Amino acid sequence: MRLYAVVAAGGFRRYATYRTATAAGVFTNTVFGFIMAYTYIALWNERPQLGGYDTSQALTYVWLGQALLMASALMGGGFEKELVERIRTGDVAVDLYRPADLQLWWLAADLGRAAFHLLGRGVVPMFLGALAFDLAFPGSLWTWPAFLLSVFLGVVVSFAIRYLVAMSAFWLLDGAGATQMAMLAGLFFSGMLLPLNLFPGLLGEVARALPWSSLLQVPADVFLGKHIGWGLAGVYVFQAGWALVLLGAGRLLQTAATRRVVVQGG
Amino acid sequence: MAESVAVPADEEREPAGFAFEDRPRLLEGFRAYGLIMAMWVRSTMAYRASFAMTLFGDLAVTAFDFVTILLMFTHVDALGGYSLPEIALLYGLSATAFGVCDLLLGSMDRVGGRVRDGTLDTLLVRPVPVLAQVAADRFALRRLGRITQGLLVLGYAVACLDIAWTPLKVLMLPMTVIGGAAIFGAVFVAGAAFQFVAQDASEVQNSFTYGGTTLLQYPPTVFAKDLVRGVTFVVPLAFASWLPALYVLGREYPVDLPRWVAFLSPLVAAGCCGLAGLAWRAGLRSYRSTGS
Repeated sequence: MRLYAVVAAGGFRRYATYRTATAAGVFTNTVFGFIMAYTYIALWNERPQLGGYDTSQALTYVWLGQALLMASALMGGGFEKELVERIRTGDVAVDLYRPADLQLWWLAADLGRAAFHLLGRGVVPMFLGALAFDLAFPGSLWTWPAFLLSVFLGVVVSFAIRYLVAMSAFWLLDGAGATQMAMLAGLFFSGMLLPLNLFPGLLGEVARALPWSSLLQVPADVFLGKHIGWGLAGVYVFQAGWALVLLGAGRLLQTAATRRVVVQGG
Repeated sequence: MAESVAVPADEEREPAGFAFEDRPRLLEGFRAYGLIMAMWVRSTMAYRASFAMTLFGDLAVTAFDFVTILLMFTHVDALGGYSLPEIALLYGLSATAFGVCDLLLGSMDRVGGRVRDGTLDTLLVRPVPVLAQVAADRFALRRLGRITQGLLVLGYAVACLDIAWTPLKVLMLPMTVIGGAAIFGAVFVAGAAFQFVAQDASEVQNSFTYGGTTLLQYPPTVFAKDLVRGVTFVVPLAFASWLPALYVLGREYPVDLPRWVAFLSPLVAAGCCGLAGLAWRAGLRSYRSTGS
């Protein structure tokens, strides 16, 4: 357990090293936040209460999206490129005989990364957004920890998906295609483009049931106080359920992969 | 290769000066760009299946922007006072112009990385303009995906819109795409020059390139006046879609400007490219190798 805590701290520090890049990222997040915020204002001006949000809740949704874009790795990124590369080159063989679990190792590193991205890339754009627009911050102090727990579960789901993508490299060797498909799905089904409550009919129902909704839509709704009491417990079960299923699938693939692993290069 | 020994790095060639150096150098640059581009295309085509997948992926991910607009229009009939075909015209022009530029110069955000790890040195000792090498570096044919979806949306807009086409309005469309691509190109080059100073900050230029094209996909009435003024007068992205498109649509621009301003887009583009060229030179001069 201590080992994984050290790995997580390492993940945090690794991303914290690049301060200029972080500042540049914050700038870009803020610019995109502004652009999206104005389009949302136009949309909610036409249809107030669209999707059950009022305008300031919709704007809060925009800035939550920018804040979680990196932390929840909505468009992918983080560890999977590195792991795919290690699988392709055969370096993964070294990882496999380390006295640590491959999946837990990368999960710990990714949690460290996510913690940094939440602080480094999330807080400042949210703050700047709050200066420029009227945002709906939680009324109750308890919403904050509830939100953070939901974000945490979302990051785990996000990790589990990206771990599956990385595992595919054992068979495909080139991770580019799978990575891109995962990125497309993440962008579309997380609610980054538009809140999933605005997706019409069956598409909306499917999108809300898929694991990607755990990454942004669910935490945002927790933040906006849409889930309270047993409803809140329900969404935690939803998120944790997907996390367990996807982590389990990753574990199965890993077992299958290591059984047939042929190290490249040797 | 023999001549590469005789010709020192880019900078030092200038004082050697013979009077009409500029034109041949420009041609030389284009030729070099073409050769490097052809090399990357050949290398891409070695993995055809992978190319097909990434082409589709690029098309899909850029088309999401329009899907978002379509999803919005499942709830409303107009956004900022603009109908779907009208927004499609803005979107199509912006996406196509940006797509052309992204295809030609899209790898320029790698300059910062090259400065950091010192690989820019390799480019400096080759007898080819550095800008051409940097621009053609990792030329990605898959970026045709963005242009394709931009053209599709533009086609949809032209088919659906009820416009009294005049020769000037027809001319405006290709002019906007070319001028817009040049304006975005200037932003890419200026952004690359900025990376000499702020190596890790390459993401800042995404705000102006990707952010810019996203902005132009929505009608100007949606945004705050100051933002519209900013992209008209400071970073004149408005000439890449808004101003010409609004002329074609016969709509009022939120910032008070005479209608003929829409025709200035080639001039504005030329001015931007000139400024970007100067910035690039200044950036390249300030380059100091890591030495490793």
